[in-house]
Amino acid sequence: MSTIQKPVNQKAWWLVLPVLLCVAFSAILPLMTVVNYSVQDIISPERRVFVGTEWFASVMRDTELHGALWRQLQFSLAVLAVEIPLGIALALSMPAQGWKASAVLVVVALSLLIPWNVVGTIWQIYGRADIGLLGHTLQALGFDYSYTGDPLHAWITVLVMDVWHWTPLVALLAYAGLRSIPDAYYQAARIDGASKLAVFRYIQLPKMRDVLMIAVLLRFMDSFMIYTEPFVLTGGGPGTATTFLSQYLTQKAVGQFDLGPAAAFSLIYFLIILLLCFVLYNWMQSLGAATKEPTHD
Amino acid sequence: MARIELDLAHAYKPDPKSDADYALLPLKMTFRDGGAYALLGPSGCGKTTMLNIMSGLVVPSQGSVKFDERDVTRSSPQDRNIAQVFQFPVIYDTMTVAENLAFPLKNRGVPAEQIRQRVGQIAEMLEMSHQLDMRAAGLSADQKQKISLGRGLVRSDVSAVLFDEPLTVIDPHLKWQLRRKLKQIHHELKLTLIYVTHDQVEALTFADEVVVMTRGKAVQVGSADALFERPAHTFVGHFIGSPGMNFLSAQGENGQLRVQSLEVAMPDGVSVPEGELKLGIRPEYLGMTQPHAAGSVPAQVRQVQDIGTYQLLTCDVAGVLVKVRLAADMPVPPVGSQVWLRVLGQHTCFYRNEELVA
Amino acid sequence: MTEQRFHKRSIFLAAYILFALLPIYWMVNMSFKTNEEILSSFSLWPQHFTWANYVTIFTDPSWYSGYINSLIYVGINTVISVSVALPAAYAFSRYRFLGDKHIFFWLLTNRMTPPAVFLLPFFQLYTTLGLMDTHIAVAMAHLLFNVPLAVWILEGFMSGIPREIDETAYIDGYSFPRFFVQIFLPLIKAGVGVAAFFCFMFSWVELLLARTLTSVNAKPIVATMTRTVSASGMDWATLAAAGVLTIVPGAIVIWFVRNYIAKGFAMGRV
Repeated sequence: MSTIQKPVNQKAWWLVLPVLLCVAFSAILPLMTVVNYSVQDIISPERRVFVGTEWFASVMRDTELHGALWRQLQFSLAVLAVEIPLGIALALSMPAQGWKASAVLVVVALSLLIPWNVVGTIWQIYGRADIGLLGHTLQALGFDYSYTGDPLHAWITVLVMDVWHWTPLVALLAYAGLRSIPDAYYQAARIDGASKLAVFRYIQLPKMRDVLMIAVLLRFMDSFMIYTEPFVLTGGGPGTATTFLSQYLTQKAVGQFDLGPAAAFSLIYFLIILLLCFVLYNWMQSLGAATKEPTHD
Repeated sequence: MARIELDLAHAYKPDPKSDADYALLPLKMTFRDGGAYALLGPSGCGKTTMLNIMSGLVVPSQGSVKFDERDVTRSSPQDRNIAQVFQFPVIYDTMTVAENLAFPLKNRGVPAEQIRQRVGQIAEMLEMSHQLDMRAAGLSADQKQKISLGRGLVRSDVSAVLFDEPLTVIDPHLKWQLRRKLKQIHHELKLTLIYVTHDQVEALTFADEVVVMTRGKAVQVGSADALFERPAHTFVGHFIGSPGMNFLSAQGENGQLRVQSLEVAMPDGVSVPEGELKLGIRPEYLGMTQPHAAGSVPAQVRQVQDIGTYQLLTCDVAGVLVKVRLAADMPVPPVGSQVWLRVLGQHTCFYRNEELVA
Repeated sequence: MTEQRFHKRSIFLAAYILFALLPIYWMVNMSFKTNEEILSSFSLWPQHFTWANYVTIFTDPSWYSGYINSLIYVGINTVISVSVALPAAYAFSRYRFLGDKHIFFWLLTNRMTPPAVFLLPFFQLYTTLGLMDTHIAVAMAHLLFNVPLAVWILEGFMSGIPREIDETAYIDGYSFPRFFVQIFLPLIKAGVGVAAFFCFMFSWVELLLARTLTSVNAKPIVATMTRTVSASGMDWATLAAAGVLTIVPGAIVIWFVRNYIAKGFAMGRV
């Protein structure tokens, strides 16, 4: 959110009200329920005992949780490191107008529209040596590729699957950002004798800053919450190689059928994401603020 | 500083059949080295196209552009060494003011010391010396436009500076400041300046010569005076002046004149062209006179407006409304009364097929 | 020099398109085979081409109703999300008001919540309201993550429009609604297109909440597809066909919004 020169107007609250109502209904009420459960031991619908922070403590001490958290962080960082530059590069190479632009847009966006379990299924098949094009080809080329047996192969496959699935999100956002740069900037750059690299660095990248921030935060959040695709593809294996945080939570919650600890973990999970996003968000805002100073009139 | 010669036309499609297919109808024009010109006209008249052809952002579909005898029709903007200032400020947000101004020079490999000197010079001229180290993104619109302008001026060998409606986003009370600055710069640097605008006040105050354009055609090139006194085209008469020229239909026959089918008594020694004509006379020159005086017609006063510095009468001459400008202190006839307006005089222009004949 | 650059970009683009399409092609390939053929032989195109899988989907109500249900609640959700987000985004973009930064961030946090966290509360809430197994329930549940996203995206695009445009419009005598519809919205066309597309997309593919809140009447296609694991193993062929069909509505939507994204907008009013 930019902060230069905005007039104060409390009546703006009216404009925000519909949004608040929607989200309060979908979020606050349910969240209160979860908080409620997280501090109780629900032995049966009639018997509930207040246990305070007991669940939170036991969840935090869980070493398996630490493992899952570490794996999750590595995954999310890897995802960002690949998808953001790749998405930008893709946006830069997509045509700006004409029928080709529309065709490329539809093709690029396709992977975003596939239900996530189907994504998992596609890659599950695709990577198999017996019935999958990728698996079969890799085997034929001499690689002993097995995403079910080798942890590293599993990791890479999950990563490539995510890149395949979500890079278009970054690309579409970056593309929309690029299209909104008025021609005059490019014309001025030509007149100033700027190289293509300079155009990218001084015009395109700064103008894409806002959309890129959305892209980074979205991808980070979503990759941190990822569940369906890796679950369908590897089931979390081999062993725990691809068991990320969401799956860990579901395993614990469903396995033990205990609402209390599950609720507690839910909240902790949520808070972790919140904290990391808060840090990331503020860091990116400060980056943005460095290039904009409030005007003094 | 360069002399620009245009001998071109620009069509939308490769095979133009009618006038409507042209963005710019065939024209031949010369812009003197060091002159200040304005391209004036309503939206869509082709002025921006002409500007872009001069700057090299557009290649004309036929014809040539010459800078100092050198054919630059297909040269890039860099090769032509022009500078262009756009409708909204185009600056590099991530750079400081100084870095913005230095950018064109850095790209040309000018040594750092020279850059610093030149940037300092230009900043001084634009009265921005104390803002050199500020982030360009945080400045106001008019300051940003000054930076845009500065980036154009910073190259000492710039051939011409082209402006595309540069004051559009500037606050009205700052517009005159920028205009004054532009005139100052023109005076100091003696650059060829070409200024596109739809605002006649801007054009007439800025330029030595104005090119009036409409629908792809340059209808008249001349000084502010010439455009005002002898508009070569009814469009110019109508567009220039506030309010524009009045037009009445007229017929000339054997030395006699009928205006709006009314007989006009001819003054001695005045001749009029023959046939179907349009008579054009500016509100400033349409004066009240004695009833039945030579060269005048009767009119009904419909409206009187006090503009402050002058008064504006709207009168009905046989069905056509004309405007008359009177000095602020002159007595005005009441609404509904009949007056006689002198239409024939040395400022009267006659037009046939929209073009000036006498 | 520009030719070289175009060449590099075209090669890169072509390579990416190949990367993107191959797995999908493989699924399409499978959708025209029978289960027996899939499991027994390996080929780049069907040896025994068959429409049977698609026929199953189009004739079996439990399959095609899934598509219709999904389309209904996704459509409702997209319209509501973008409509309420537009004024809110404008407020965040143009004004400062009490708590504005905090509300904005709080909105984003709703996007960060794993849906699993809300599973049980939603179940209880909608049961209490008697809205279980309705399209509107899923549409409303999805507002949780779509409204913040829409506000977020729209605010970014709106902030890119100089405030001079607003002020010029007021000086010219436009009322706020007229200004918003006639001047402002066309300028942020790209943003509206992107926001609408993402709302559609995230709602279309969401599985957990959609499956939990529906059973028969509003069962979405994503839920129907997860039941293809039967005692005889994975029904690869029908699954593949269903998968192909889930891509179609989204492709149509992006075809319609491509103009908003691809053409961009001109800055300022001419």
